[in-house]
Amino acid sequence: MREINLVINGSDVQATVADRLLLSDFIRDDQRLTGTHVGCEHGYCGSCTVLLDGASVRSCLTLAVQTDGHVIETVESLAVGADLHPIQEAFRSNHGLQCGFCTPGLLMTTLELARENRDCSRDEIRERLAGNLCRCTGYHQIVDAVQAVLRTGLSR
Amino acid sequence: MSVLIPATLAQALSALDDAPSSMVLAGGTDAMVEINGGHRRPDSVIAVGRLAELRTWTHDVISATLRIGAAVTYAELEADQFRRWVPALSQAARTVGSPQIRHAATLGGNVATCSPAGDGLPALSALDAIVHLVSITGQRSVPFAEFMVGPKRTSLRPGELIEAITVPVFAGWQGYAKVGVRNAMVISNAGACLAVDDEGGVRLALGSVGPTIIRCSQAEAFAATVVDHGQRAVSEADAVEFGRVAASEARPIDDHRSTADYRRHAIAVLSRRLLRRAFPNG
Ligand SMILES: Cc1cc2nc3c(=O)[nH]c(=O)nc-3n(C[C@H](O)[C@H](O)[C@H](O)COP(=O)(O)OP(=O)(O)OC[C@H]3O[C@@H](n4cnc5c(N)ncnc54)[C@H](O)[C@@H]3O)c2cc1C
Repeated sequence: MREINLVINGSDVQATVADRLLLSDFIRDDQRLTGTHVGCEHGYCGSCTVLLDGASVRSCLTLAVQTDGHVIETVESLAVGADLHPIQEAFRSNHGLQCGFCTPGLLMTTLELARENRDCSRDEIRERLAGNLCRCTGYHQIVDAVQAVLRTGLSR
Repeated sequence: MSVLIPATLAQALSALDDAPSSMVLAGGTDAMVEINGGHRRPDSVIAVGRLAELRTWTHDVISATLRIGAAVTYAELEADQFRRWVPALSQAARTVGSPQIRHAATLGGNVATCSPAGDGLPALSALDAIVHLVSITGQRSVPFAEFMVGPKRTSLRPGELIEAITVPVFAGWQGYAKVGVRNAMVISNAGACLAVDDEGGVRLALGSVGPTIIRCSQAEAFAATVVDHGQRAVSEADAVEFGRVAASEARPIDDHRSTADYRRHAIAVLSRRLLRRAFPNG
């Protein structure tokens, strides 16, 4: 067990965790931020994607102790109360989700891309989203949603 | 399982010396998959991914070499300067996993795992990279060809870490091509790296088609007789023959991901294509 200090969604967090604890389990079970989903625990599906110091990573392949002193953003950082974030709004209005299991990971991957503040071709968007599997939508509407966000920007 | 996050390389090496059976952890994209899957249950883990000593790179203009720290990530290797210095390695970087995997995955981790399908490895073989190893008792450097001794088997000794990898910066064309079932997130079924060195030699290294990365000495010798450097030209017939010779040097197997026949065919196509990209005229 050891103490870690990190920032999660803008708040300072101090916690005592087992060395073996995965970041994904720490976020979900200890922090009760259950928006981050755990699909495969092998790094393939992308549902557990969070931002670590601004870069998208697999929280299932990261140990909680490795985030000591670092900044984590999860899907809960997006909406303000009932007010959807522009990325969430774009996924909603473009039907970029069905069952929603993969959606938190896709939203966080999209957030990283949108912060680069540039337009992208559909091919480039697909390349950037290649690490997030969705078994419902067929991806077409997800690409529509991401393209819409890149065009309108992140301001609410 | 206890995890040590050392602050310096010296601390990491002394911890590894105290407990040589510790599992070294860099980006975790191989190691954590094994831990989560229950295939490895280490008692102690030493996390080296953030060690400043392993996170640096140096471009030496005088010797035209690039020394890349073991914990430099594939996301970093995709970026502009590496694209100029080592285009083949940078292209290979871009084919590894997905953005999230590349943010974590390190070159040192790819080299230590030493899978014949490791995408960074054909470039290291074609470039005759040197692997720098360090332990509490000192340093040694081994050519990549001697470092990789079999599938996922290396000449790393207990107590040693990979510190860095040195590659030459060539002026000539180089590229990497791979075949897999998707454009992303796939282990390659066949991969090939071609580089033109500063003496005008054509170098070709193959991945996923043998127990180690295979350097194609016969295809390289054949290329020397048929390419025209001044015109950057090779005939289509000679490029096809180059591919055929390369395929004959491959030693692929049938497994759950592909067949030996298909892999050999893919090598012929990839090698021909790479040679034509390097020598587009004629
Ligand atoms: C979803 C997914 C997709 C992938 N796609 C690809 C792909 O397309 N191409 C590809 O080549 N690979 C792929 N991989 C495998 C993996 O990402 C690479 O092999 C990566 O380079 C491993 O680096 P790492 O830093 O994550 O290593 P880790 O997982 O941290 O370590 C891997 C091994 O290397 C050892 N090690 C690490 N650093 C050192 C060091 N400095 N000295 C000594 N030993 C060390 C560890 O002990 C461990 O045995 C994929 C993995 C996943 C999960």
